[in-house]
Amino acid sequence: MRRVAVVVFPGSNSEIETVDACRDAGSDPYYVWHKDTGLRGADVVILPGGFSYGDYLRSGAIARFSPIMDAVAAHARAGGPVLGICNGFQILCEAGLLPGGLVRNDRLRYVSRPVRLRVEAVDTPFTNAYRRGEEITIPIAHGDGRYVADAPTLAALEAEGRVVWRYAGENPNGSTNGIAGVCNAGHNVVGIMPHPERLNAPVLGGQDGARVFFSLEARDATQPDGDLRAVGGHHSGM
Amino acid sequence: MSAFRVEVRVMPRGALLDPQGQAVTHALQALGFGEVGGTRVGKHLVLTVDAVSAGAAETRVRAMCDRLLANPVTEDYQVAVEPA
Repeated sequence: MRRVAVVVFPGSNSEIETVDACRDAGSDPYYVWHKDTGLRGADVVILPGGFSYGDYLRSGAIARFSPIMDAVAAHARAGGPVLGICNGFQILCEAGLLPGGLVRNDRLRYVSRPVRLRVEAVDTPFTNAYRRGEEITIPIAHGDGRYVADAPTLAALEAEGRVVWRYAGENPNGSTNGIAGVCNAGHNVVGIMPHPERLNAPVLGGQDGARVFFSLEARDATQPDGDLRAVGGHHSGM
Repeated sequence: MSAFRVEVRVMPRGALLDPQGQAVTHALQALGFGEVGGTRVGKHLVLTVDAVSAGAAETRVRAMCDRLLANPVTEDYQVAVEPA
């Protein structure tokens, strides 16, 4: 059972679902306030979705200077798993823990609906329970989700297998190369614009996001969850 | 020390698609301003800064831009200083 610190910023709005998803996967999740300076022995850190500081100036620009972020950066640099979901992804980019940035959707609209994704990298702490190339459906909910980076950075991401998720088929926000999520060079810091925590149980209409959280416990799991095993007739890989 | 008024102009990087600018261009053209060939939309910040000189104020504001006010991945900025 891994200890998962879910960081709450003023304006976060997905922390409850994120904690629930971690708990459903067998982890021991708890909240950490952005003004805290320690992660209380976390094995894993998750920055949840929302609108930290009202997205003032730029999404994530002010949250990245929150007191807790020094501890998050130290955890990341020590190789600890860090996941940024939606606004959390934007914060990780602003903090320089992930390359590139996230700017206004190409059609200027806030988009909130399920999208198809292809899992492109399964060698991260958050995707090891998926199969490479597998297509899944989870929702997006963002206005600033168009991933951009300079050409050398994009080339490195592609060459090093650091595009973790890509929009399959339609690109909902104009993201470069259809990128929906990336990881750092160490593959321990991961960002994703869609919301896996919002689709992790059959009662929610699907559970394609659940294995993001089960991946954290995969090495300790002895039996795949019955519900998960039924996803599309595929074994969860755990 | 004296007070300076520092204007910071933050613009999306030239190479980046600026959908806000495109939308404004289309709206202007629809209003009959067909001569508009392009628009880019950025941010304009006005700061009041205490410093020993205009040069010192600019140095400090550039540091603010590099740390917070602009994202070097997606934006460029310009700084203009005048007495407050």
